[in-house]
Amino acid sequence: MRTLNRKILRNLWGMKAQVIAIVMVIASGVATFIMSVSTMQSLKLTQATFYTECRFAEVFASLKRAPESLRSRIQEISGINHVETRVSAPLTIDIPDFSDPATGHIISIPDNGQPLLNSLYLRQGRLPEPYRENEIVIGESFAKAHNFKPGATVGAVINGRRKNLTIVGIALSPEHIYQMPPGAVFPDFERYGVMWMRRSPLGTAYDMDGAFNDVTLTLTPGAHINDVIDRIDKLLKPYGGLGAYGRKDQMSHRYLSEEFRQLEQMATIFPVIFLGVAAFLLNVVISRLINIQREEVAALKAFGYRNLDIGLHFVKLVLLIVLAGVLGGIAGGFWFGRWMSTIYMEFYRFPFLKYQLQPQVVVIATLVTATAAIIGTLHSVRKAALLPPAQAMRPESPPAFRVSLPERLGLKHLLSQPTRMIIRNIERKPVKSLLSITGIAFACAIMMVGSFQKDAVDYIVDVQFGLSQREDLSVTFVEPTSRRVLYELQRIEGIEYGEVFRTVPVRLRFGHRSYRTTIQGLESGGDLQRLLNTDLKPILLPSAGIVLTDHLGEMLGVHEGDRLRVEVLEGNQMEFSVPVAALIRQYIGVSAYMDLRALNRLMREGNAISGVYLAVDSRYLHEIFDRLKETPRIAGTEIREKAITNFYETMGETVLIFTFINTLLAGIIAFGVVYNSARIALSERSRELASLRVLGFTKGEISYILLGELSALTLAAIPLGFLVGKGMCAYIAETLKTDLFRIPLILEADTYAFAATVVLISACVSGMLVWRRLSQLDLIAVLKSKE
Amino acid sequence: MNESTHKETIVFQARGITKVYDMGEVKVRALRGVDMDLYSGELIVLLGPSGSGKSTLLNILGGLDTATTGHVTYREQDITRALDKELTDYRRFHVGFVFQFYNLIPSLTALENVSVVTEIAKNPMDPAEALRLVGLGDRIDHFPAQLSGGEQQRVAIARAVAKNPAVLLCDEPTGALDSATGIIVLQVLERINRELGTATVLITHNADIADMADRVIYLSDGLISRVRRNEHKKSPSELHW
Repeated sequence: MRTLNRKILRNLWGMKAQVIAIVMVIASGVATFIMSVSTMQSLKLTQATFYTECRFAEVFASLKRAPESLRSRIQEISGINHVETRVSAPLTIDIPDFSDPATGHIISIPDNGQPLLNSLYLRQGRLPEPYRENEIVIGESFAKAHNFKPGATVGAVINGRRKNLTIVGIALSPEHIYQMPPGAVFPDFERYGVMWMRRSPLGTAYDMDGAFNDVTLTLTPGAHINDVIDRIDKLLKPYGGLGAYGRKDQMSHRYLSEEFRQLEQMATIFPVIFLGVAAFLLNVVISRLINIQREEVAALKAFGYRNLDIGLHFVKLVLLIVLAGVLGGIAGGFWFGRWMSTIYMEFYRFPFLKYQLQPQVVVIATLVTATAAIIGTLHSVRKAALLPPAQAMRPESPPAFRVSLPERLGLKHLLSQPTRMIIRNIERKPVKSLLSITGIAFACAIMMVGSFQKDAVDYIVDVQFGLSQREDLSVTFVEPTSRRVLYELQRIEGIEYGEVFRTVPVRLRFGHRSYRTTIQGLESGGDLQRLLNTDLKPILLPSAGIVLTDHLGEMLGVHEGDRLRVEVLEGNQMEFSVPVAALIRQYIGVSAYMDLRALNRLMREGNAISGVYLAVDSRYLHEIFDRLKETPRIAGTEIREKAITNFYETMGETVLIFTFINTLLAGIIAFGVVYNSARIALSERSRELASLRVLGFTKGEISYILLGELSALTLAAIPLGFLVGKGMCAYIAETLKTDLFRIPLILEADTYAFAATVVLISACVSGMLVWRRLSQLDLIAVLKSKE
Repeated sequence: MNESTHKETIVFQARGITKVYDMGEVKVRALRGVDMDLYSGELIVLLGPSGSGKSTLLNILGGLDTATTGHVTYREQDITRALDKELTDYRRFHVGFVFQFYNLIPSLTALENVSVVTEIAKNPMDPAEALRLVGLGDRIDHFPAQLSGGEQQRVAIARAVAKNPAVLLCDEPTGALDSATGIIVLQVLERINRELGTATVLITHNADIADMADRVIYLSDGLISRVRRNEHKKSPSELHW
């Protein structure tokens, strides 16, 4: 068999351009797979390692105030391993040379050493000296945003008292991988910071001497988290407990999990599409390659080679191509994976990266690709081998052509002879033509998937910030406040208009399903916050009942008219039930909405508000910020423009990088499909075309016959590609739904145009390459050899 | 197995061979009942116009195709009823083919084209030796595209004889060659038949070639019309057309 092996190498060399195109397609498919899966696994491993190293807590609870002695009673609850009580307080931060209002959260660490749970991973500096007042450690993302180094000082207002705090260390915490200001949907590293101070000084500053308002704990193996949470809620209720929750409801962890889940979906969908297209392409190419070699197959059989030998021969050839593709894909995937993981590590502020490429991943990628390729190969080899050699060696009898449909319809006189050849050829091999069209259509569809998400993101921003959230600023207070603050704020120059709102943390229950979210009480007829129906038309907030985001309604399984159970997770922790008045369309977050007065009534709290939405004159922004900084009890200020930037940054860093890489690889696939179709068409028809040249046809005329067919197939493939692409986008939009945001199926004209353009350019480049070969057709050889 | 030296040993015996090709709308009756014998060491020419059924007969003898009815026995083994695997082994170990259009593998050199066959044979010649036998000892590293038609056909012959087959089946071996080159190829075939004693069946539509055969079998319309024994075989160099 050694000689046959040499034949393989020479065959490969003989069709190197095609081989390279296929190798690139396989490599793209494998690279996407390896990149996605390894990034996913590495992130999860990094997260798990970080959580373990820093002893991330499993249950969290906040409360108003409880004496430290309650700690031992919590410890007695069965199923609890470690308990740590803390003092945690909101604060406003005054950063030198930074005009925007910044807020934050300060959390106590024990007076000595590291916390028992959620320990800090110091990146720079040190922990505060034991019992030392005014020394803090700050979170790295906040420090980086302001270029803080240990030794810097910031001003802060804790509990209405201004303090100068010295930064002694910069750290990461498993609890605050994602740092979200209250009420925001996306992290804001510049305007929201988390910091840590020793327990005694913070307790003193916040009037929590000998008391705590926050507790975190870990469970013993086998403990039931829901039982523990129930017991804790009961224990903490008299102390203003706000409802304990597990990791899955912990803000940072939940958002991280949602992002990971989204990544995981993409890590599945894209590689499946890519590998599928690569396998399909390989099938088409290999079956045609074997078709071209049908006489060689017959000769080998005539010499006594067995079908198995011949099958193995082609399998080897295919496996070499696959091997090259897989190796390229592994290298590319490893490189892209490392690169992406590094970006994610930076984005999520993991202290280290555990990048790993598990051997199973490589094995799976190799097996899937090789299997797809071999199935295609065996099918074609079987077809070739089943022909009795005598028949295979005879030239194929002239294919049975017939007059094409357009001609039968009486259009014959409109069609030139070459055009008729094109049409008849396409019609004669409908399956082959259909396969080529499908291949090209998939390339087009993948391109659409690549750019669709960008359209969707733009659209989300338009809807969310253009139609729905129209305030320039929103200000949230530390605690529910009287409506009077609105009038105070409106006296500030530059603030033109304001609307109040109330935010109540709740658990919504319907049947056995429940969800932790917030109810936003809005003023009816408000102009700054508008709710949109499913047609994106503003609706009037009903005076009774609750309005849910459609995604939330779906998760709870409720419809208009159903009654929801509401458990308030603050203050008096009351429970009530309300009817669902409407479902609204919202792409970001999962809030519930109620008329402010109705909400206040149900809460039996007069006209308490949690914050205000403001429309301001942008010329006075600095002055407004300065005044807001002086206003005590502000927990957070969200600036609309910054929210948009943050949204783009979040999407940009994660989803869009992934998308960019996929678009790149999709381009390669588009080219691979089109180029291979063209090359195969050429090799199948070069004899016919050369004969026409001999008969006096010009180069232009024979090019028209070949390239005309290719153009017809490409043009037919593009609309089909649009359809397939839209289907894929719809599937992706559906699977990527998260609490964080939903991607609407929005495909702008430029997405279609971009996909079509890439396919057309690939077709033109392929056409040019093929055209060059057409002009080199050896006419003498055609005349001399048989057919 | 030195029967090959005894002319009376029968290599092939064909009885009542018919072959019908089903071409969809038409049925083509290529053979309509053929009986023939081939003795070891013999050189037979099958002569007939195109469409007379001679290639079909040769392909059936060589196990490349199967008869619709009738029997062919090769050394007392019925190859018309053989399984695909048995036919493959039959071709692998016993038959050498030479085709009109050579059917060399373009990506392999002359030597490699021969090796492809010797590597799977039981008792082959050295491939280079086989090429020397056909007078191509100095061109063993040339690819088919670098060889003339006559040279390519000689490579094909070397490939066919290198496995030391019992029979050599040649389908119009000179059909694509000019007469001077054709004669060189025929000389090679004659020499192999004489020196190695390989029973040879040679198809042609060229009546002049028939003079080099031991026996000439005339085929027309799928039937044997006449058999002629040459009392005085001519050497290929005496032929011209």
